[in-house]
This record gives sequence, C-alpha cells and structure tokens, in this order.
Amino acid sequence: MADWFTAEEWTAIALSLKVAAWATLVSLPPGVAVAWLLARRPFPGRILLDGLVHLPLVLPPVVTGYILLILFGRQGPLGKLLAEIGIVLAFNWTGAVLACAVMAFPLLVRAIRLSLEAVDTRLEQAAGTLGAPPWAVFATVTLPLALPGVVAGAILCFAKALGEFGATITFVSNIPGVTQTLPSAIYSHLQVPGGDGPALRLTLVSAAIAIIALVASELLARRVRRRVEGTDA
Amino acid sequence: MLDLDLTYRRGDFTLTARFAAGPGLTAITGPSGAGKTTLLNLIAGLLRPATGHIRLDGVALTDLPPHRRRIGYVFQEARLFPHLSVRQNLRYGRLFARHPAPATLADITDLLDIGPLLDRRPRDLSGGEKQRVAIGRALLAAPRLILLDEPLAALDAARKAELLPYLARLHDQMRLPMLYVTHHPAELRGLAGGWLRVAGGMAAPAPAPDQ
Repeated sequence: MADWFTAEEWTAIALSLKVAAWATLVSLPPGVAVAWLLARRPFPGRILLDGLVHLPLVLPPVVTGYILLILFGRQGPLGKLLAEIGIVLAFNWTGAVLACAVMAFPLLVRAIRLSLEAVDTRLEQAAGTLGAPPWAVFATVTLPLALPGVVAGAILCFAKALGEFGATITFVSNIPGVTQTLPSAIYSHLQVPGGDGPALRLTLVSAAIAIIALVASELLARRVRRRVEGTDA
Repeated sequence: MLDLDLTYRRGDFTLTARFAAGPGLTAITGPSGAGKTTLLNLIAGLLRPATGHIRLDGVALTDLPPHRRRIGYVFQEARLFPHLSVRQNLRYGRLFARHPAPATLADITDLLDIGPLLDRRPRDLSGGEKQRVAIGRALLAAPRLILLDEPLAALDAARKAELLPYLARLHDQMRLPMLYVTHHPAELRGLAGGWLRVAGGMAAPAPAPDQ
C-alpha cells in the first residue's frame, strides 16, 4: 500500500491528520468555555461574542486567512509577540492548526452550546444543595451530561479541519512537506497538466478519511449517550 | 432551630415569612401556588429574599450560597443524576462534605431499604425507589436541616403507603429538623410536631388542620 502514494502525498495525508487532530484539541477548552458563557451567563456583549465566534462561518475563507495573516504574520502584532517566545505560525504547520481551529470553531461551539442548554438546571441545583461548589457542579453534572454534544462537536471540528482549504492556503501557503495538507495537495495536482490521476487518488483518500471519521463519531456518540442516559447498566 | 423573617418579591407576587421551626418535623400546608416551594427554595438558597434573614442554629444563612448551607433538599421529582449509579448518587454529597456523615452508607441503605438497588441506574427505578434514594442522598451529605417538597406527590396511593413508613423511621432515627410540604395533612398525622401555613402571601405558624 506504501507505493500507492508518493512520499510527498504520504506527507500531505499525515500532515492533514496531524493538523486536524491538533486543531480539535486546542479548540476544545476554549470551545467549552465560550459555549458555557453563551449558554449560561447572560452578560452585556453576549450578542457581540456570539457574532464574533460565528464570523468565520459567514466570511469568505480567504478573508479569514488574510485576517490571520495580518494578525499572526511575522510582522503582525500578535505574530511578533508569539515570535518572541519562539512560536512561529506564519508558513508553518502550526499556522495551519490555527487556521483550521478558527474555521471549525463555530461548529464546535454550536454543538457544545446546544448540549449545555439541554442540561436540566434542576439537577445542577440539586448538586448545589448536596454541597457541590459551582465548579464541581460543572465538572460532575453539567459537563458529563453535555458530553454527547461535546463529542459530536469535536468530531465535526475534526472533519471541518480536515477539509479546510481557503483560510489555510491564504495564511500558511502551500509548501510541500511543511504546510501542504490534503486539500492543498489536490489543488496543486490540479494546477499541472496530467495531475488529474493523482488528484483523484487523493480525493478518494479524503473521502475515505471523512467517512471513517463520521462512522467512528456516530459509534462513539451512541456509546457516550447510552452512558449518560444510564441505559448501559 | 430554624428562624426566619424575610420578604421575597417576584413581579406581583410577594411572600412574607416569619416563623421559627424547632427540631422534629414541621409540616407546611397551603393552597397550590401560594409559595410553599418558593419558601423551601429561599431556605435552601436557590432564591434570594429581597429583605430579611434566615438563621439556622444561630448561624446566618442569608448570604451563603446553597452549597455552603448544609441543607438537604428532597425535591418533588427525585432529581437523581442519570449518569451516575444509585451508589454514586448516594455518595455524591460525600465528595464535598467537610462533616462526618450522620450514618454510614450501609445504615442509610438499611433504613431506606435500597441495598439491592445500589448498582442500578436511576432510570431503572420506580418512583418510590427514586424518592428513597433521593432521601438517602440528602442525608449522607450531612445536612443540618432537611427540606421535603411533597416527596409523595408523584406517587400513587400504593407507593405512598410504601414510602410513609420510611419517613416515619427517618423521623425517629435521624433526629434532624425537617420541613415537609404536603397537600395531604393526613399523611403526617402523628409525625408533625408543628404546622406552618402558606397562604395569601404569608408563611406563618398555624394550628394543626383538623383531619
């Protein structure tokens, strides 16, 4: 199977998986925090935060990528700051992680927010009367009960990150072996004569990864739901 | 000794409560919607009074959040945690309690006859079993006062008859002050040491209803 793909293509496949996994991991904590703020804490400016979170969903991806480049590029205000502690995002795979995380964030927050809103606050009150301080109520009641939504959101985030193209190529370009993910590799193949064959092969790989991820997520989500609802015992 | 003197407002609704409740079981009666559950929520800290104070054994509770009041609350619906087993539900309060439990898990499961249920999930319990577990869960958190909000309301006559002896035993063995909201004063005949009536925006001591 190893010789079905060139070394460069293997690198692109591996990089895509790595970027999507990291994008999901780094988005989860802020995703849960923002979802909780939006679901449970009425505060002035909530509509603004909601709008900001959803912005990448409605902006053209190239615009999001360009904004990231302005902010996190080598000369960008945040990019300079990060460079001082040794973190370079521009034209680096870590930048692809940021681009994918930003693009997938609205989907992640939405799924988690809906599941947090569905948690029965009366159970949280009961936990409080049993002596649990608010952080413990969140950790032992709210979050476990919202877990199916968190899992669904994480999978959605991973799938979106795997397919992200516009913001990534704008922010970190398309450098083979460094920032070239599956979609950018397919794009590159399509730019050269005779590239249709390789492009089709990588397209099939993309589809296979997506299907495996979705089936795995459905199985996982079912298991988590059974656990939460107490139908597994 | 629970002693309170407070006013609560929400929209057009005003509830003024002025009473003291000693050890033993105090029954709370009154028409639907008069504010009986509101009164319990105020005592538990789930609602805040506009003015006034709540004291339990001389300690001011008014500004304490619910988790620091040590008040057990058995709700109308048991509110067991669906993702935890019965055993984990019972032990939940022990995770946070800084005070020794008034009884061991074994004592409580004996008292309430829920030993065989420990490894089940709440959804597999009957209504009466759920309420017994909810009572056990509240007790194990080492409360200084127990609030019971019509714990029998969701049960049919047979289940009520099944649960009442446990409440009587609870009353005899745990020696905890209890406030018990009921629509059926007859249930508490022989158990209640004092009566409160919530009606017309007032919660105040009342004579035992003649039933």
